[in-house]
Amino acid sequence: MKVFWSNAGFRLKVGIFALVFFLVLGYIVPLFPHVDPIIYNTYPKNLKPNAVNWLGTTALGQDIFWLLVESLRNSILIGLIVATIGTTVGIFIGLLSGFLGGFWDRALMVLTDTFVVIPSLPILILMTSLMKGQAGILLLALTLGLFAWAWPARQVRSMALTLKERDFIQTAWFSGEGAIQTIFTEILPFVWTWALSNFMNAVLVAIASESSLAVLGLSPANLPTLGNMIQWARERNAILLKQWNWIGPPVILTILLFIGLFLLITGYNDYQTRKRGR
Amino acid sequence: MKAWKYIGLRLITWALVIWIGVTFVFIIPRLFPSNPVENMISRITAMSGTMDAIQVEALRRQLRVQFGLDGSLWEQYTTYIKNGLFGFNFGPSLMNYPTPVGEIIGRYLPYTLFLSVTSVIIAWTIGNFIGLLAGFRKNKRSSKILEGIAITIYPIPYFILALVLQIVFGFLLGWFPMTANILTTAKDRGVFFASLLRNSVLPALSLLLVGTGWWIISMKSLSSSIAEEDFVQYARYRGLSERRIGASYVLRNSIISQVTALALSLGGVFNGSLITEIVFNYPGVGKLIQQAILSSDYNMILGTITISIIAIATATLVADLIYPFIDPRIRYS
Amino acid sequence: MLKLENLSASYQTLYGDVDVVKNVSFEIYENEIFGIAGESGCGKTTLLKALYDIVVYPLVIKGGRVVLSGVKDGKPFEYQTGNIRKAWWNNISYIPQAAQSVLNPITRLKNQFLDSITPENGAKEDKAQTLKRVEDYLVELDLSPDVLNAFPFQLSGGMRQRAIIALATFMSPSVILADEPTTALDVVVQRGILMMLTRLQRQNKNTLVIVSHDMGVHYQIADRIGIMYSGSFVELGKTADIFEDPVHPYTIMLIGALPRIGDTRRKTGIPGRPPDLKNPPPGCRFAPRCPHAFERCTKEVPAFIEVMPGRFAACHLLENGGRVNG
Repeated sequence: MKVFWSNAGFRLKVGIFALVFFLVLGYIVPLFPHVDPIIYNTYPKNLKPNAVNWLGTTALGQDIFWLLVESLRNSILIGLIVATIGTTVGIFIGLLSGFLGGFWDRALMVLTDTFVVIPSLPILILMTSLMKGQAGILLLALTLGLFAWAWPARQVRSMALTLKERDFIQTAWFSGEGAIQTIFTEILPFVWTWALSNFMNAVLVAIASESSLAVLGLSPANLPTLGNMIQWARERNAILLKQWNWIGPPVILTILLFIGLFLLITGYNDYQTRKRGR
Repeated sequence: MKAWKYIGLRLITWALVIWIGVTFVFIIPRLFPSNPVENMISRITAMSGTMDAIQVEALRRQLRVQFGLDGSLWEQYTTYIKNGLFGFNFGPSLMNYPTPVGEIIGRYLPYTLFLSVTSVIIAWTIGNFIGLLAGFRKNKRSSKILEGIAITIYPIPYFILALVLQIVFGFLLGWFPMTANILTTAKDRGVFFASLLRNSVLPALSLLLVGTGWWIISMKSLSSSIAEEDFVQYARYRGLSERRIGASYVLRNSIISQVTALALSLGGVFNGSLITEIVFNYPGVGKLIQQAILSSDYNMILGTITISIIAIATATLVADLIYPFIDPRIRYS
Repeated sequence: MLKLENLSASYQTLYGDVDVVKNVSFEIYENEIFGIAGESGCGKTTLLKALYDIVVYPLVIKGGRVVLSGVKDGKPFEYQTGNIRKAWWNNISYIPQAAQSVLNPITRLKNQFLDSITPENGAKEDKAQTLKRVEDYLVELDLSPDVLNAFPFQLSGGMRQRAIIALATFMSPSVILADEPTTALDVVVQRGILMMLTRLQRQNKNTLVIVSHDMGVHYQIADRIGIMYSGSFVELGKTADIFEDPVHPYTIMLIGALPRIGDTRRKTGIPGRPPDLKNPPPGCRFAPRCPHAFERCTKEVPAFIEVMPGRFAACHLLENGGRVNG
């Protein structure tokens, strides 16, 4: 651990700090007793920040701090589910395609290419508009996950293709180890490093897609997410009324979340490169 | 001979990808329990008051044909492929009934192309230039600062960045309009262009910042790894100036993948500018898609999405086909 | 002519300085082929870098200097460590290991020639004329001018190395440094390259410094060789003399380990391994592996002295006209 820390670059350190901060804010802080921030008129409307409502209240009488915390938690949750789906399915399809070869490889790759090429946002818009904002968090995550596996699959496939030619894999193969076993014991360790940074990236993409859908009013209607929170504030003219304590926190938190996690990804990649370089 | 085989294979993949994509687009709406014909009928009856059952039935039949919902699923599918994919005829728009979808898209398309293509090209040029400097001279302080800025801006989602620009430059400073209001009907070309430019600044800036950030980051990593290659080092030993090495050794080698990435980026303009157009109310295809969704304009949604699928697939094809022209290693092997 | 004066170079690392070249002084004359031999890790490449003035951190020159002097086009010139790079390609040039990666992979060779050639008579010459001179030069070297229109990956390893040699000698520099120029090539091609280098040197009467771990290469072309061990020269002299009658214990073992025609004795390598440069032994660095070492060797660094006319060596046994009894 100590060695890791001294080898970690500035970016990785900032990134890890940001990750811990957001996880604590999103998952530890909500454990403290608090009001349900989604219910209207829990407090008087449009309060400025004060001792009870740290960030004040919305035009609907909701506590902004707790709304922010819940939003952060849901946004991260969506990101995690989508990234899990995308990475697992991606690795599975990629390995399958890379190792089966032949017809199955080509068929799977055409399918993958299609998903890489299809503009995801319009299709997401199409699907969520047909759900008419009625979808829950899981359905939304599944829909986003539909477009999160193709790119990973492509990369894992090319990794599998180069790994397949390596001697130790061939040895394992010919010594009678089964295909599944070979994949688990010999290939996955290689894919792991890549998968971790891809996973974090997928979290960011999913959170960004959700906030894009929120602008269109297509994110689940009563689910507090960072995107929805900003959109609600926009709809109630928080900008024109200069209610910065309402629209400001989710905007700033989103910016920090993205920069922090991005630094985590690039910092982690740099760390891995340097580790391999030595 | 080999080249033809390569081109042929790429063309087949291109066609397959478009086919699967549009089939997907055809199937999805039919899986959901929303019926555009009934929506339209209830809208028309709401507007025109009472209608008798025979009139409604006639209208229903007519609408089914126009929305491509007539006949069996297979018939609908073949009609969609034949008219839509090959004829760019997606039927009438629901929100601007009965103007054809194609005509409306044609009206909005130039704005999106103007906004996105200009921003993509400017971002590509600036980003690659800065990225090259940052990668080639990565120990200079200025390189580190520029890269730091890029890393801070790039990850911010379009939506948030557009919103911040809107608040700061549109609302607080009041330099540019918060939402676009282009004088599209102005008789005077000068007045029109002036309003077009003024209203495009903020949307373009939001696309530019993110785009430039991305090009800086990717070019920096490309050029810094090329700058460490033996041939760059040897060029130095051969007494070449740093400027020369930067231009004809590092830049030429790293720009290859950036040119193909530019092609992909241009293909994705519909996707890329969608959110920006909506935030700034910019009259482009993105805005059109939003309106189509809000008014359940089925034909319009299909039309715009089909076009953006074709655009992206074609850009990928173009990127793959130009690659051999810019990289001799591919061309001769 | 290249002159080294008390040159010391080190790599600065977290664990302290690693002395890779230590207190080296000697001269490389005009019109000779000078070979630098030694096992890998003995500091040959670092020495070559110092000669060519490629001193990039963590490599630092701790002391001494390299002086490059001579006459070109009737004008005398002199450069030294710190400004030798001004003379790159005009007065001193560099031939790297034969590798695909030293040429720009996506431009034709002619562009790479034009890049590093300054037009004759100031800027009066246009590209076509320069190219014509290059073509003539290639023909003179028995190379087809077609290589100019080729990309690096289209040429074989040997062909590419010949082109690089042509590139490095075109401006007729007075000193040419070659770093393992034949290492990655097969024996037949190696021979051709060595003949080309020798022929060029004999024609131009300039200085060719060739670094190689392969004693066979030195035997074939070098006029004089210097044997390096752990950062400094242990023996230096005429090639024929050294192969005939090596005097330093390390050289004796090195020459003794070479295969010879008609010799059927079993060859033994030199026992032990080169010292860790991070933590070198005090005294003579070869002492731990030397069968003749005695107490003084482990305490005192032997001086590099002229033991016979034109022959230099660093060994306590050779002081005052002594000999090593092999």
